[in-house]
Amino acid sequence: MESTRETYGDTLAELGEVYPELVVVDADLSVSTQTIRFFKKFPERFVNVGCAEQNLVGTAAGLAVGGKTVFASSYAIFVCRAWEQIRNTIAHDKLNVKIVVTHAGLSNAPDGASHQALEDIAIFRVIPHMRVIVPADAVQTKAAIRFEASHKGPAYIRLNREKTPRIFESDYQFNDNAIVLREGADVAIVATGTTVYEALKASAQLQKEQISAEVIEVHTIKPLDRRSIIKAAKECGHVLTVEEHNRMGGLGSAVGEVLCEQTPVPLKILGIDDRFGETGQYPELFHKYQISDTFIEHEVKTLLAQNK
Amino acid sequence: MIDIPHLQSIARQIRRDILFQTNLAGSGHPGGSLSCTEILVALYFHVMNVNPVNPEEVSRDRFILSKGHAAPALYATLARKGFFSQDLLKEFRKFGSPLQGHPDFQTPGIEVSTGSLGQGLSIANGVALSGKMDKKEYRTFVLLGDGECNEGQIWEAAMFSPHHKLKNLCAIIDRNQYQIDGTTENILALEPLKEKWESFGWDVKTVNGHDFNELISHFDQLGKNNQRPSLIIANTIKGKGISFMENQNAFHGKCLNAEEMKKALKELED
Repeated sequence: MESTRETYGDTLAELGEVYPELVVVDADLSVSTQTIRFFKKFPERFVNVGCAEQNLVGTAAGLAVGGKTVFASSYAIFVCRAWEQIRNTIAHDKLNVKIVVTHAGLSNAPDGASHQALEDIAIFRVIPHMRVIVPADAVQTKAAIRFEASHKGPAYIRLNREKTPRIFESDYQFNDNAIVLREGADVAIVATGTTVYEALKASAQLQKEQISAEVIEVHTIKPLDRRSIIKAAKECGHVLTVEEHNRMGGLGSAVGEVLCEQTPVPLKILGIDDRFGETGQYPELFHKYQISDTFIEHEVKTLLAQNK
Repeated sequence: MIDIPHLQSIARQIRRDILFQTNLAGSGHPGGSLSCTEILVALYFHVMNVNPVNPEEVSRDRFILSKGHAAPALYATLARKGFFSQDLLKEFRKFGSPLQGHPDFQTPGIEVSTGSLGQGLSIANGVALSGKMDKKEYRTFVLLGDGECNEGQIWEAAMFSPHHKLKNLCAIIDRNQYQIDGTTENILALEPLKEKWESFGWDVKTVNGHDFNELISHFDQLGKNNQRPSLIIANTIKGKGISFMENQNAFHGKCLNAEEMKKALKELED
């Protein structure tokens, strides 16, 4: 178990050696986002704007205009506060700013609804030029951060707070393609971020009941690997998506947009059912909001039964 | 030596171009463009180190028009300076034109897109900080509207610049006393504006924003006396230069008709 935010901080500290133009901007949450690991090594290239997210985004934009490669971080929900600034400057002008958010989804479980972000994929996905990446584990986080540091342009990278299980081998290399983690024939489970592990567990359970569930990991929600989604839909005939996000506007919607135009097949979108989160332990919230393995398993069976 | 008559002549030309652009486009913001004309002329024709032949030159001074609706004034200035053809001004706000309704980063001489108020000072902070980190000599200028100072982000940014001792940064407020819905003091009082900025740690000077001598003498002092960023409150007149437009807020976002154009151009003759 590793936390993606700790990996983020370590990766930044490594990349600071490689890219002298790399700077990091944070909004008074450097211990939480773990950008402090970069600050400790490169204090002269670290900017703390205080708890002022609009200025976080504007300053990051200006640093990029000045020629820097910028990583700007805060909690996912607080960065949403500066959505318009991100749209009008960073994305519009294709500035080299990587917005890396932590504590996304329900992962800031004890802090409750005000500190959780269940809408961010939807609102960043609809901004032109914006890449949206949701790593499934620490290994992929490291690879994604390295990839983004070496490619110019805006990106939104969504990390979480809690330690999460490892999915990928340490030699994993990042690209935008979706990854088939388990082959299957009856249904394709398309998952992102923390729900990938839940999907893998569900698939293993379903196997025992002679249901062959493919698991496709989509880390780059935009630009979406349409080809892999269409291929899986054609081969499996049923698609279920699952994400730690509102059912509306996120991965499920992105997959649905592709399928309804290209390969209409029965589709079930699992996610938080247009509700706010609440205080609790992370697994408790996963259970209550019905995105854990048992619900995936149940919904797969329902989907198959309804569409025999 | 400042050639004041020369600058005044350029300013008259810029004002004519502002009226032509907005008149041809049938829209745009003449009032707040006319109020900041001398500020732009002073910067581009006396103060700033810019090279229209190589707009990306690393050593150039940077300018950001935070009050992006004054685009006609900036476009006229950039054209006059040689960043693009004077002819292009006819295309302001036209479909397919590089001269978008609000400044776009793809137009030569424009550092960053603006138009949504409240954001330019933060961006200028980043640009100035980047220059400071790299020990570059360039200066960063940012022009704010007074009404724009309603935006909370301005004050987030205003705290940041002195904290980081951005003495290579100069913000100018076009203090023309009006915002869209009325006077700044009626809509959301800004005063005491100087004291607000001073208390935030800025080196604040108040000038007549239509007086080249005053503007330039303050611009020339930038970063020489202390470690603080500079703020110039430029007292201006909205619609300046055309008698029937001055302090008439109706011309914030309204262009002149043919009759009014004739009258205005007469007043702007050399």
